[in-house]
Amino acid sequence: MKQLALVIDLNVCVGCHACVTSCKEWNTSGEAGPLADLEPYGRDPTGTFFNRVQTFEVGEFPDTETIHFPKSCLHCEEPPCVPVCPTGASYKRKEDGIVLVDYDKCIGCKYCAWACPYGARELDPRRKEMTKCTLCVDRIYDESLAPSDRRPACVMACPTNARLFGDVHDPDSEVSQAIRERGGYSLMPEWGTQPANQYLPRRKSAVQIAPDQITRVDNPHRKDGKPPMPRMDSPSLDDATSW
Amino acid sequence: MRPAWSVILLTTLSGAAQGLVLFMVLLEWLARGRFIAPLDDRFFTTGGVIAVALAVVGLGASFFHLGRPERSWRAAAMWRTSWLSREVIVLPLFIAGTAAFAWSHGVDGAAALAAGASAAALSIVLFICTGMIYACLHFIQEWASPLTVVNFLLMGCASGALTAAVLAGRLAPQASDVAIVGALVLTLAAMLTRAASLVRNLRLRHRSSLQTAIGVRHPRIVQKAQGAMGGSFNTREFFHGRSRALVRRVREAFMVLAFLVPLALLGAAFAGAELVLPLALAIQFLGLLAERWYFFAEAKHPQNLYYQAIS
Repeated sequence: MKQLALVIDLNVCVGCHACVTSCKEWNTSGEAGPLADLEPYGRDPTGTFFNRVQTFEVGEFPDTETIHFPKSCLHCEEPPCVPVCPTGASYKRKEDGIVLVDYDKCIGCKYCAWACPYGARELDPRRKEMTKCTLCVDRIYDESLAPSDRRPACVMACPTNARLFGDVHDPDSEVSQAIRERGGYSLMPEWGTQPANQYLPRRKSAVQIAPDQITRVDNPHRKDGKPPMPRMDSPSLDDATSW
Repeated sequence: MRPAWSVILLTTLSGAAQGLVLFMVLLEWLARGRFIAPLDDRFFTTGGVIAVALAVVGLGASFFHLGRPERSWRAAAMWRTSWLSREVIVLPLFIAGTAAFAWSHGVDGAAALAAGASAAALSIVLFICTGMIYACLHFIQEWASPLTVVNFLLMGCASGALTAAVLAGRLAPQASDVAIVGALVLTLAAMLTRAASLVRNLRLRHRSSLQTAIGVRHPRIVQKAQGAMGGSFNTREFFHGRSRALVRRVREAFMVLAFLVPLALLGAAFAGAELVLPLALAIQFLGLLAERWYFFAEAKHPQNLYYQAIS
């Protein structure tokens, strides 16, 4: 069974928010309806986003590290938001595992948002319907687009390639290999939601080196001083004497 | 969580209506079994009408919780999986059963008994549905406990019994003492189980942390930006925005108003001062409103870990 998902590489995310704006641009322009954008130039701009980039500081100065953390719906394999929906508006697609909201059925009771431990769902303040990441379901199957463009808007926008997209149930896909070989992990595994989206950890390529590896202790030059002068009649490689 | 007045009113009003129906049916059975003197039909009719009115007002309030109330009929669809859907189905059934209970008194004794039994059963089912809406969200650990269901049941029964006691003082004096003792016992029981859940929640250790939320194993992680400056649905819906001191004061206030003062007044009423019963009911209802506010405010949603600092 197919399970489309994103794999987000925290090692290369630079926190530029290109995925955030690209996501909003695509999803506010689609058939499903606009996403609220209230007071965009006011004091307190707010609105609906399917994807947000947050920033965390790990450690204590001077030993700190900045983590830019893109956060969107994780398209859980056991989505707690789906069974609680009283109308069936919230559902998980069998064919590709995307968790979607049927906006026309949503009554805006917010119960699914309460049931999501990740806060991935946002009620649109204008439309009064629950909205969430669709994994750009209106893009990835659009045959009028070039095959290379049939990817979520956030993936297309990322300048550092921190967002990978693919089928995490196919062991040979790019995303599965990345999860397997680069330490992919789930958020809040304690609740058994089995998020399909995974994160790749920050990695520092530090070289483990001991002092005796820098200075060669068994260097014969250092140990014995100058090499002994060869005898005059000793053979040489080119029949010429080197001294 | 941000307490929503629509849901606070729904659960308190409907809870009182359910408790009232349960207690009236109990009184009716006691009267039929000749444990107490026979009761006037007017008591049940008036009580039934009051219960219907309370539940209907609660149902009306619940519509204000919805973003799209015009589509609310759809909410009956997913009763196989959703406790909210089950509540949406059972609440109108309970109202209908209670209306039949009120109407059949004075018309047909056997029908009244059957309607009472079905209304009482629906009342209990509705308590379970309402409680499970919250108790089934296992990562909201403050709610994920059988105590949540027990508290909804007992607090609804306590306020319902107190309403029945007020009513009995006017329309069925022979049942007044039973009603006062019933309200006393139920209020005491509700106080004990609510206190038990308070103790449980104060000692609660949350399983999620910032470490599991972003998957970084380091004891010191500080949020520097949450991706929005002017707030979002996540900051509006899941934070009550009140000070800890206020929340603590509400906790103390509801323990006094919903349980201690009504207990004292019920004791006085049992001793003969039955005029204080309406006052006890008003104070208890105020206390239960505060209790429900606290119930929501106390719950810490794990998503809040992602929204600790704006910048």
